Amino acid sequence: MHDRLADTPRPRGAVRLVLSLGPATVVAGVVWALIQPYRVTLLNPHGESFWWLAVEPPLLVVVVGIAFHFAVARGLVSDLLETDRSSPSRR
Amino acid sequence: MRPPAEHVHWLFAAGFLFLGLCLLARAVVGVEVWDVRARRAYLWPGLLFAMGLAMWPVMVFFTNSAIHMLAHGSWAQALMLAGAAHLGLARGKLTSAYWRLTLPFAMVVSGTALLIHEQNGWLWSRSAFVHHAAGWTVIVGALFPLLATFLPRRSTLHVGFALTVLVLAVIIFSTRDVAPVFGHLSSDAGTSRR
Repeated sequence: MHDRLADTPRPRGAVRLVLSLGPATVVAGVVWALIQPYRVTLLNPHGESFWWLAVEPPLLVVVVGIAFHFAVARGLVSDLLETDRSSPSRR
Repeated sequence: MRPPAEHVHWLFAAGFLFLGLCLLARAVVGVEVWDVRARRAYLWPGLLFAMGLAMWPVMVFFTNSAIHMLAHGSWAQALMLAGAAHLGLARGKLTSAYWRLTLPFAMVVSGTALLIHEQNGWLWSRSAFVHHAAGWTVIVGALFPLLATFLPRRSTLHVGFALTVLVLAVIIFSTRDVAPVFGHLSSDAGTSRR
């Protein structure tokens, strides 16, 4: 269903920005991995210890982006649209 | 099984990155919308408190020197104080807005700890530079929550604080135990890593 209030400037811009934060973070992590592939030890392991295989900065960035998007951003956008829908000042 | 120091930095950087994203989203949508869900209202102060807790094992297991222990210990206490105060504010147990001053206080303590526990010259190695850059970033960035305590409706201050945390995450992600910075590495530093 088309949501007229979701098209008002403030929620539309805020929604786009909030929904873009997670994917932008994931893209940043992937670009970092491409620029510095030696930071991703899993790509070419040579008997490294546990920590070198478990904690790899570009992958951490990707995981944070995914976690933020699914655990925070999507629910936040729902609440933002709901709040704007119920706010008389927005009508 | 103790992680190398740089891995600990990267794990904290991931925490700061998540915290920064949450703070930026909170600044964009407004505190009222962010606090609609209780779990979200508790999220960032809870994360701050947890990072303060995580600083204790760092203090215990990375005893390079007395100044390292003192810096990490004071840092842990300041982060936990700020996290606990903001949890109290979110829960409604604390009502005075001045409890928000615990955040700039924690940032000044953290920044000072970053500066004093890595006393080598700025260009001695990347680790030394990163600690100094992070220290000054946090100290200057403390102005945002300080001013926001008195001007809570000014959204630019909340955005500035969020960006400070995100910049801090980027700085900490760039740390290596032994690596050059701006093409320079002291000959006493050891074998360089990329």
